[in-house]
Amino acid sequence: MRRAKLSHYAFFILPALLLLAAFVVYPSLRTIYLSFVDEEGKFTLAGYKEVFTSRDTFDPEGFKRGFPMGTLIHNLLWIGIHLPLSVFLGLLLAVLLKGLPGVSFIKSVIFLGMVMPMIVGGVMIRFMFDGNVGVVNMFLKFLGLHTQTWTAYPETALLSLIFGSVWLWTGFSMVLYSAGLETIPKEFYEAAAIDGASRFRMFFNITIPLLKPITVVVVTMTLLWELKVFDIVYVATMGGPGGASNVLALQMYSYAFREFNFNKSAVVAVFITVSTLAASIPMMRLSTRE
Amino acid sequence: MKKRYIQIIRTVIAWLIAVIWLLPFVGILMTSIRPMSEILDGWWNFKEFHLTPDNFMGAWNHPTASLKNGMKNSFIVAIPSTVLPLFIATMAGYGFSRYRFPVKKTTFFIIILTLTLPQQMIAVPIFQIMNSLGLVDKYLGLILVHTAWGIPWITFFMRNFFSTIPSNVEEAARIDGASDFTIFFRIILPLALPGIASAAALQFTWVWSDFFLALILIYSPDKLLATQRVPLMRGVYHVDWGLLAAASVLVMLVPLLVYAVLQKQYVKGMVGWSLK
Repeated sequence: MRRAKLSHYAFFILPALLLLAAFVVYPSLRTIYLSFVDEEGKFTLAGYKEVFTSRDTFDPEGFKRGFPMGTLIHNLLWIGIHLPLSVFLGLLLAVLLKGLPGVSFIKSVIFLGMVMPMIVGGVMIRFMFDGNVGVVNMFLKFLGLHTQTWTAYPETALLSLIFGSVWLWTGFSMVLYSAGLETIPKEFYEAAAIDGASRFRMFFNITIPLLKPITVVVVTMTLLWELKVFDIVYVATMGGPGGASNVLALQMYSYAFREFNFNKSAVVAVFITVSTLAASIPMMRLSTRE
Repeated sequence: MKKRYIQIIRTVIAWLIAVIWLLPFVGILMTSIRPMSEILDGWWNFKEFHLTPDNFMGAWNHPTASLKNGMKNSFIVAIPSTVLPLFIATMAGYGFSRYRFPVKKTTFFIIILTLTLPQQMIAVPIFQIMNSLGLVDKYLGLILVHTAWGIPWITFFMRNFFSTIPSNVEEAARIDGASDFTIFFRIILPLALPGIASAAALQFTWVWSDFFLALILIYSPDKLLATQRVPLMRGVYHVDWGLLAAASVLVMLVPLLVYAVLQKQYVKGMVGWSLK
């Protein structure tokens, strides 16, 4: 590795760093600053107190009454349901599809959700759960069950979005796990087969441990996505009805660009950022090792 | 014999899952090409079946949110927002993989940190900066933000790509008297084309698909991007599904085409960027 002369540094590195400093690093620091000051620029913790005691963020009555329970709980629910479902489903599909005929077509179909703009993804979720034209209701009708526009009711709006987003996101973990499966040497399975191991044991004793680095990446990226989710909610429900499907990112947007309360919006932004940083520690450890 | 049965069962299950996964797409497509009266009870009723271009024409020439303009605007934003960061970050990635310089480790750590940032973290200050520069509601402002936002991940991605290219070719060229800049443009850039193609496919798709940054920076009705126009198609009193479906198909068509053409690079980029 060569020592950079000033001209090399100025040419190769500096343009990137300047843009990054001006439009990413400085704004982030300013958001942290904004979260600690009031309108006159005096230090205050009122923003934090207000946001974390607000019913927008956490509504304990929601546990008795039902949704809304506050954005914090809504995002946690998103993680609690969407994370295991999309990760496991992706892994199962990757294993199921390995070496089958027509597999690249099937993979492309499942990956489609990752390719389209999330704003369209939100429309599709709203569409799936629509009372008249939705495909979910087609099945429910077929089974003789109750049908309705599931995104329009507080009890089911958030859950519809969460389950719909499993449909969107499973392609991600499937593609990564598929790539990971390719890297496991066949000999491992052959050796295990000679030792008389069942497929079941091979899966748990060979496949899962060897896929661990991929699992770390898939879980981290999925977590980040769940913490930042915005477009889907904006277009499908706008956080409604009555805040029943509101999420942190949308809460930040409403504080900033509807109420023009930059202090409170900065608090929410800082909170999302701290959560994403915490969530990505394992992956950073993994990629800085070596 | 038993093995073959398992294979057949697996294939059937796999195709069944594919069909279930595809249903919403089929639904949105059916809704977009059929008249509203036929799909009111669900697009899966085929008692009557007529094709109509009305929904697509309606979305394309929408009186307040025409996609004709929206898609044009999206291209105007997405093309420079792909070329600029790709160029700048490819150089930075090369710089990080080949040179030593002061506070390199810290700089790289900051780049990694910014990878995980949510856009909400920069939203308000970006609006204020652009406001003071007179760049709110101007594409230049949005392009600058997209460029800066794309730099960390492309730098990271290209650095990893360059570290797989052995440096002895460069050494040989250097002995022959080539300058570092000549080496970069003549030798490295051509070798890096596959990596650049992967990164370009992803960056273009992401910028095209972006909604949040456009939402906070672009306001004039005639300047709105394609993704911003989709929510406007909903209608006030009832959801006009035909129009909304056609708009969705049009807006997702562009990234789908990128994916179809550059499928290998796309998936490689996705996997490579998440698995370093």
